[in-house]
Amino acid sequence: MIDATESLTQRVEPLEAGEHVISARFLNEEPIIALSDGSVLLGMNALRIKPHGNGAILVAVSDDTMLLTGGDDGQIVATKADGSVSILGNEKGKWIDAVAIGPSGATAWSTGKKVVARDGKGGLKEWLAPTTAQGLSFSHKGYRLAISHYNGVSLWFPNTEGKPEFREWKGSHLDVTFSPDGRFLVTSMQENTLHGWRLSDGKDMRMSGYPSKTRSFSWSHDGYWLATSGADAAIVWPFKDKDGPMGKAPRECGVRHSKVSAVSFHPRALVVAIGYEDGCILLCRLTDGAELLVRPAVQNEGRVTSMGWNKTGNRLIFGTEEGAAGVLTLP
Amino acid sequence: MSDKIPVTVLTGYLGAGKTTLLNRILTEPHGKKFAVIVNEFGEIGIDNDLVVGADEEVFEMNNGCICCTVRGDLIRIIEGLMKRKGKFDAIIVETTGLADPAPVAQTFFVDDDVAARARLDAVITVVDARWLKDQLKDASEVKNQIAFADVIVLNKIDLVSAEELAEAEKNIRAINAYATIHKTSRSAVSLDAVLGKNAFDLDRILDIAPEFLEDVHVHHDESVQSVAINIPGDIDPEKFMPWLNEFTQAEGPNILRCKGILAFKNEPKRFVFQGVHMILDGDLQRDWKPEEVRQSKMVFIGHKLNRPSIEKAVEACRV
Repeated sequence: MIDATESLTQRVEPLEAGEHVISARFLNEEPIIALSDGSVLLGMNALRIKPHGNGAILVAVSDDTMLLTGGDDGQIVATKADGSVSILGNEKGKWIDAVAIGPSGATAWSTGKKVVARDGKGGLKEWLAPTTAQGLSFSHKGYRLAISHYNGVSLWFPNTEGKPEFREWKGSHLDVTFSPDGRFLVTSMQENTLHGWRLSDGKDMRMSGYPSKTRSFSWSHDGYWLATSGADAAIVWPFKDKDGPMGKAPRECGVRHSKVSAVSFHPRALVVAIGYEDGCILLCRLTDGAELLVRPAVQNEGRVTSMGWNKTGNRLIFGTEEGAAGVLTLP
Repeated sequence: MSDKIPVTVLTGYLGAGKTTLLNRILTEPHGKKFAVIVNEFGEIGIDNDLVVGADEEVFEMNNGCICCTVRGDLIRIIEGLMKRKGKFDAIIVETTGLADPAPVAQTFFVDDDVAARARLDAVITVVDARWLKDQLKDASEVKNQIAFADVIVLNKIDLVSAEELAEAEKNIRAINAYATIHKTSRSAVSLDAVLGKNAFDLDRILDIAPEFLEDVHVHHDESVQSVAINIPGDIDPEKFMPWLNEFTQAEGPNILRCKGILAFKNEPKRFVFQGVHMILDGDLQRDWKPEEVRQSKMVFIGHKLNRPSIEKAVEACRV
């Protein structure tokens, strides 16, 4: 149990979001929050801009340089820390299903089966997936995009003519992520499991036992651990060994009577921020399982939908389904 | 339950009048805001603010159930729509003329995220009175669509004679004993006949015409049929539920839909169940009213159903 001395709740400053939070992150040390009503909030004063007009933001990712949002207006918009926006693509009213940011300013998005990769100079390449592209993830090195879809993942080099490499596994694959060292590829699946491939030899890895779908992944700063949502604790899989998690049990961090809805590893330490469906947020240290309370469960504010750390790791931002948000500053 | 968004599924063979019905629903002065999920844009314009195009991608679930299929695109679209809560009151899903309604219906039971936010209100099937007879011979989709319906809009009755209409109705009844039938031309039907039916909660199963329970006058369609059973008095859940589970697991691929309202021994509330293929969903609902006769009614619609064996099995569960 958590007593008051182990609580960080007094160190959380609320932010007025007001709508379903799609993404909450830091950009140049300033909060940047993407909301379902199409607006983006900048800074602690929550300056509101509307990069998608009256459209909704459906998906969002960010890195150190931009927030990338895809909307039901078909627009793909990059927002910078200074509030400047640029439209990177327009799929004319189609819903954007997934977005990704890669190295050197590369971006990608998908709508239905259509996948578009845009290099840092603005060059566009298109590929048609065999079924709807559900998730996109760039490799950390090189210009290579993983696309998850029904019955597997395709690995596409947008700048080469050849057919994308196909990694088959039966079922519907949702989100996809490369391990930071590029050795492994992991997807979440409709059937409440994760699937992994060791890319060197294509060996399959099944990570099962979840009571619901995993919709949030986070790699540890050293790349050796993958934290995942979807269970009554953050399930953290070991990826250090050459076999990855094969034959190993995962760590379970922050066991509670509520499902984990978002996870975010600290950028410098083996500490994972865990957000739950009841709105609670804990910090959990992987080495000894010690827990710190960031936010208690709050009725009617919805599940935690997104969390992110600043670069140094002394601030954590979060947002919920019903429009609550806040920033924790560590002592 | 009540805060879940109601979903109406609109099916019907090519040219039966689905889109006409859809536009009628959307343009009536009802003050409701709909999100409409259609298969393709364009052929006939849809008069609505929030229209989403769907791909009708049917996925098999890797859960050991061979007939368990879902609409992957629908899961994604509903997830997206739920980010726009408050912008609409209800969802209408229009399928293509050739679509099997099973994956659409199963999506609302199999996917936990969808089931937590949306509930299937009713499957509405539009049937072309003039061409039904021919379509039943040639198109298995038409049988499935009728079998799945909670409400049937028997359309284009102005183009057939009274005898032809009676025959069409008889053909529908042979496949689906419990659906409510509305006879229309140009899909003109009142909105309360097709929306807010709560049909999946099965109350209307009590409306099954007695002659279908007796099963004597009806020429049954050879490939799809209804088996309706009515047991007066109580049944034993300790016997019935294991049988129902085993039966739907074994016969799942052949059972298109089943529904029932049951009087369980020592239970003041009515137990209501429904299923699509192998997937079963059941719950205790309201109390039996003092004036109501305690009885158990159920309907199985599907292929190759062995009526005597089903009757015998259910009879054995009587208290």
